[in-house]
Amino acid sequence: MLFKNPLSSPRGPAVMDMLQSVSGIILALFMWAHMFMVSSILLGNDAMYWVTKMFEGEPIFGKGYPILVSLFALFILSLVVLHAFLAMRKFPATHRQYRTLHNHLGGIRHTDSYLWYVQVFTGFALFFLASVHLYQLIMHPADIGPYASSDRVWTGRMWPLYLMLLFVVELHGGIGLYRVLVKWGWFMGKDPKIGRKRLTIAKWVLTLFFLVLGSLTLAAYMKVGYEHQDSAGERYQPAEYSQLHSASQGEND
Amino acid sequence: MNACTEKTIPVKVSTARTIEFAIFRHNPFDEASEPHFETYQLEEADSMTLFIALNEIRAKQAPSLQFDFVCRAGICGSCAMLINGRPGLACRTLISQLPTKVTLMPLPGFELIGDLSVNTGKWMRGMSEHLQTWIHSAEVSNFDAMEEKMAPEQAEQIYELERCIECGCCIAGCGTAQMRPEFVGAVGLNQLARFKIDPRDNRTDAQFYEVIGNEHGVFGCMTMLGCEDFCPKELPLAQQIAYMRRAMAAAGIN
Repeated sequence: MLFKNPLSSPRGPAVMDMLQSVSGIILALFMWAHMFMVSSILLGNDAMYWVTKMFEGEPIFGKGYPILVSLFALFILSLVVLHAFLAMRKFPATHRQYRTLHNHLGGIRHTDSYLWYVQVFTGFALFFLASVHLYQLIMHPADIGPYASSDRVWTGRMWPLYLMLLFVVELHGGIGLYRVLVKWGWFMGKDPKIGRKRLTIAKWVLTLFFLVLGSLTLAAYMKVGYEHQDSAGERYQPAEYSQLHSASQGEND
Repeated sequence: MNACTEKTIPVKVSTARTIEFAIFRHNPFDEASEPHFETYQLEEADSMTLFIALNEIRAKQAPSLQFDFVCRAGICGSCAMLINGRPGLACRTLISQLPTKVTLMPLPGFELIGDLSVNTGKWMRGMSEHLQTWIHSAEVSNFDAMEEKMAPEQAEQIYELERCIECGCCIAGCGTAQMRPEFVGAVGLNQLARFKIDPRDNRTDAQFYEVIGNEHGVFGCMTMLGCEDFCPKELPLAQQIAYMRRAMAAAGIN
């Protein structure tokens, strides 16, 4: 039994180590996918509206169910909690450990050791930043859309949180994916030393790409929110969609 | 006038740099001794290694300076120290590659004998006894019989990992080992990987799991990669730790 009291079993260390990696991989890949979805605003309000409705299950059920977003966000939050709990084991715990670590890092001037410490700091920040973001989504799943999200960003003053979250999560996820591949020796190619160099380059290219995409996306929401602030709260109605919708309703009548 | 210059013998002006060494000094067996740095100046010579520089300093300036060396060729692993904060072998470090100010400290994580000399042997023996880094076989060897054959690739693989000289650089370069002294480090994990691939060793993965399937063993490694990047023998340590991690993860859930 895999999950039979992993804390007391001698299997615990193996199970915990694997769960930390697996939860991290899922979260990092989800984060990138999430960024693509959110950035649909760059293609226009209608594109973002379509993505929102897709996630509410409209193509399947014929009607949007925002509860689906709530449930998915709850699943992500539980992964974040699991990942944070497991990763906390690796944090320095005592003053003595911090002092030793700082002396060590200051002396050896070594990139991958620094990257690990960036993981500790960004991971710590994510306990709080990610929780605020996810709680809001779980409780208000219907407040997603070109106007609803933009109003939240601008009128709801969430943009400072999202700005911090963007940089922190992109660094954490990008470095984390690179480190998990090296940790388990995956995708290293024939010569692991060259493989690691390639992964490092790929990691920074991806991080830079998502930081630029994320910044543009946040700026787009801020712009829409700023322009829409006087009628904040009003929901977006795509012209084409409402025409089709009323047309189909007319047919049914 | 110009004819003169053709006959002029160019005067060789010394361009050698003067290097300032700040060396950690302390004798833990002398109660009056306080840990401190002492500085020594030395003119750089052609092809001078840090090992040669230290010998000159001891010969001419500091007769009581303690540091370890045996082979002066990167084979014995005795002269590892922190060179400007980074672990490395003194005998494999060229002065020409160092700046004019050099700070030397003993390897952290090991018992200090004095100045730059540390007891890596004691640590390595403890690790070796704990992990049992020797062949475990139920068979009684017949020393008169021919040895069993081994595939050349396998022998080469074992030899590659066997090149470890137990210098301690991977422990000094590892943030985990520095924070958590019980961690067996890359040197320990690499040695077990060496015995795991050895067909003469009959230990099962479950048996390896008993010694390194925990957070002082392979699951304690946080992939900071200092071991890999500071190993003076350029051993594929990250790869070996990944290999053991995969094997121990599988052994742990089976």
